Amino acid sequence: MTTLDERVAQNGLVSRLIVRPEIGALIGALAVFVFFSIVADKFLTAAGVATWLDDSATLGIMAVAVALLMIGGEFDLSAGVMTASTALVTAILAVEVGLNVWLALLLSLVFALGVGALNGWIVVRTGLPSFIVTLGTFLALQGLNLGITRLVTNSVQVSGMRSTDGYESAGFVFASTFQVGDTPFQISIVWWLGFAALAAWVLVRTKFGNWTFAVGGSAPSARAVGVPVRRTKILLFMTTAAAGWLVGSINILRFTTVQANQGIGLEFQFIIAAVIGGCLLTGGFGSAIGAAIGALIFGMARQGIVFANWNSDWFMLFLGIMLLGAVLVNNTFRRRAERVRR
Amino acid sequence: MSALIEVDGIGKNYGNVVALHDVSTVVNAGEVTCVLGDNGAGKSTLIKILAGVHQHDSGRFLVEGEEVRLGSPRDALDLGIATVYQDLAVVPLMSVWRNFFLGSEPTVGFGPFQRLDRRTGRETARKALADLGIDLRDVEQPVGTLSGGERQCVAIARAVHFGAKVLILDEPTAALGVKQAGLVLRHVAQARDRGLGVVLITHNPHHAYPVGSRFLVLKRGASLRSAEKKDITLEELTRQMAGGAELEALEHELREVSSP
Ligand SMILES: Nc1ncnc2c1ncn2[C@@H]1O[C@H](COP(=O)(O)OP(=O)(O)OP(=O)(O)O)[C@@H](O)[C@H]1O
Ligand SMILES: [Mg+2]
Repeated sequence: MTTLDERVAQNGLVSRLIVRPEIGALIGALAVFVFFSIVADKFLTAAGVATWLDDSATLGIMAVAVALLMIGGEFDLSAGVMTASTALVTAILAVEVGLNVWLALLLSLVFALGVGALNGWIVVRTGLPSFIVTLGTFLALQGLNLGITRLVTNSVQVSGMRSTDGYESAGFVFASTFQVGDTPFQISIVWWLGFAALAAWVLVRTKFGNWTFAVGGSAPSARAVGVPVRRTKILLFMTTAAAGWLVGSINILRFTTVQANQGIGLEFQFIIAAVIGGCLLTGGFGSAIGAAIGALIFGMARQGIVFANWNSDWFMLFLGIMLLGAVLVNNTFRRRAERVRR
Repeated sequence: MSALIEVDGIGKNYGNVVALHDVSTVVNAGEVTCVLGDNGAGKSTLIKILAGVHQHDSGRFLVEGEEVRLGSPRDALDLGIATVYQDLAVVPLMSVWRNFFLGSEPTVGFGPFQRLDRRTGRETARKALADLGIDLRDVEQPVGTLSGGERQCVAIARAVHFGAKVLILDEPTAALGVKQAGLVLRHVAQARDRGLGVVLITHNPHHAYPVGSRFLVLKRGASLRSAEKKDITLEELTRQMAGGAELEALEHELREVSSP
């Protein structure tokens, strides 16, 4: 009965070397933080902190949702443009149709969940790569955003949220600031941290989280032991769309204007932040907290470069290096965990 | 008393590939039904029907006397049919205990506060594995870091733990060394003696014969021989499997290969 003992001891050691997925991102965030604290004076001031946290917040909300989806083995290229679509739906319903902002927000959420469900449904029904399916949704939404906005307003933007019914209360929830000392911080930071904490809890502490790892790690295996693979994937797409709605709502209530071509290109930033946070492109591995930290690195670097008075071109170089580093680290983890042993 | 599982003239096509045609057998409580046959004979196809992964195209499939058509592996599990697949159905990147409970997670709390009972999960998985003689120091390690035999045991322990009535094993001994294969067969016998109905798929008549109560030999999707243990000897079973004359041809070939 003890024939396996020596091997078990070896395996224990290997497994101990596999650290948590967010460790790399945490070290990276510390390095970026220390670096810009030294090279840019304004970086560590209260106003400076408020600026880079603000930049990280909306990106972070999306990165966390996209991380869940990536752990579930799928991508959503329509996530960036969704932040504009939902803002446009809310703005058109509130400004042009004259609905109460809260009702407009609710309908916009229904729209987002519908698009998310459609993305998910097509992916699980056809078995096509979500990369292609959501590329289609991305293009379709982009066209709709421009087409409908032009039809309704004869321009490519919707503005005038400030004078709508319910703007005050909705603005308070999605776009107010709170004081720390005498520095105002955006409420989006609270949404970001709250959403990341909730997602992290769901991911490691609930059945749904367990299923998310399973459908991304091996969908046929998950199905064979009774995991509802399709439902899990569709819900993940809907979560991403709902996060897009949250960010769209934050944006429209804060800036009171939305451009029809907003949000394009952001989808890759979300994926990059999630990967920097430890998500594998192949699914089944990653962390919500890691993705939130990935977004923080993003925000700190983008604003740090501004504070240091450098040309923002350097940001892309920095981003490329971070991404490559993260992919290399993540890949090592996966090879350790997936190596087939006999 | 009706059999736990009975299939009667069952058939299955994949497009125009006839994977299974007119196959009948029974699985009784406290017995081991062995399914033998060459590669591609249709063994996995048969058990995938029993496990709810695929649906049969013809014939009848009865569970405890009731004709059924299982829509998903979940349906099979709910009827007490647990399966260890040839590819094991484990998620390599997930920890041992999370794999163990995947799809049947223990929870505490209600409604939106329902969460995994991680302590119970870890302890139960550790204990179920220890019962199989696998003493993992760390049930948090990813299944991908385990050896083939250990992984097999995780999958078997899981099926034994959740399989109320019928345990299906698809080639559990194929990748194992002699000692570990013996261990697995001992657990098959244990499960049988506890009153479970077991379906054991294997290539190897020497593994099947000692534990089996009934043998079904498949060939190209059809039933070649179906026999109770009392009606067949190990030699006969071996010859059936290789297909008599073919075996002699093979021996002849092997002799030519080994004599330069
Ligand atoms: N999903 C599928 N689609 C098409 N054909 C399939 C599929 N699965 C199995 N087959 C075919 O059906 C036949 C029976 O396959 P099956 O997997 O049941 O064999 P097996 O007896 O389990 O073989 P092995 O000993 O190699 O595991 C084979 O010819 C195989 O190619
Ligand atoms: Mg097979």
